[in-house]
Amino acid sequence: MLKKILTEDLVALDVTGLTTPEDVIRYSGQLLVKAGKVQPSYVEKMLDAFHSLGPYIVMGPGIAMPHAHAEGDVSCPGISFVRLKEPVVFGHPENDPVVLVFALAGKAHDDHIDILQSLSELLGDEEKQKALTLVADYQELCKLF
Amino acid sequence: MRVVTICGMGFGTSLMLLMSIQEIGRKHGIDITGEAVDLGSYKGKPCDLIAATSEIARQVVSDKPVVFIENLLNKKEIEEKILPFLTK
Repeated sequence: MLKKILTEDLVALDVTGLTTPEDVIRYSGQLLVKAGKVQPSYVEKMLDAFHSLGPYIVMGPGIAMPHAHAEGDVSCPGISFVRLKEPVVFGHPENDPVVLVFALAGKAHDDHIDILQSLSELLGDEEKQKALTLVADYQELCKLF
Repeated sequence: MRVVTICGMGFGTSLMLLMSIQEIGRKHGIDITGEAVDLGSYKGKPCDLIAATSEIARQVVSDKPVVFIENLLNKKEIEEKILPFLTK
């Protein structure tokens, strides 16, 4: 599932120069825009959601999953993966700072369930979670899926 | 039993949590139905248990038990916290 959907253009490893949660959300969202998965308005919605709902998208230690309600601005369900070179503080009391970012875009309410399921399996595996911080390139990353 | 999971939007972390809880149910032979909802719409949903990440759970007001999850990706934490409430 992830191998098919998380294509190389949706992955950015060891990104530098991002210092705020807004920078990070925008960057991870731009990957979805460039890949034709979402309109730029979806990225703005992810930012709005972060501002109104807070840092709960930091769902585990060092791992954030920005997402938003789609309103016609998601062309197809997708996910991007960004690994930050410098960790960024999102304001979460337990799980800061963030290093791994998975920006999620679902079209209808539940057409992204398969993506979430695969992501949950990947991140629920401690070995693989650790490996995500270490893989050198996209090819190595793919071996984890 | 029926579980309602909550997050800010009702389809991200809450859905992930619901899937994990259902998996734990299967492991223990308990059939869990449920729904992932947003913070604005959990009230009045029939359920035996509510679960959410701590950030969200502390905003929940309900007469049902509310389980606080710190690390959504830690299946062991979820299992330890959910197990005492699991019933057929």
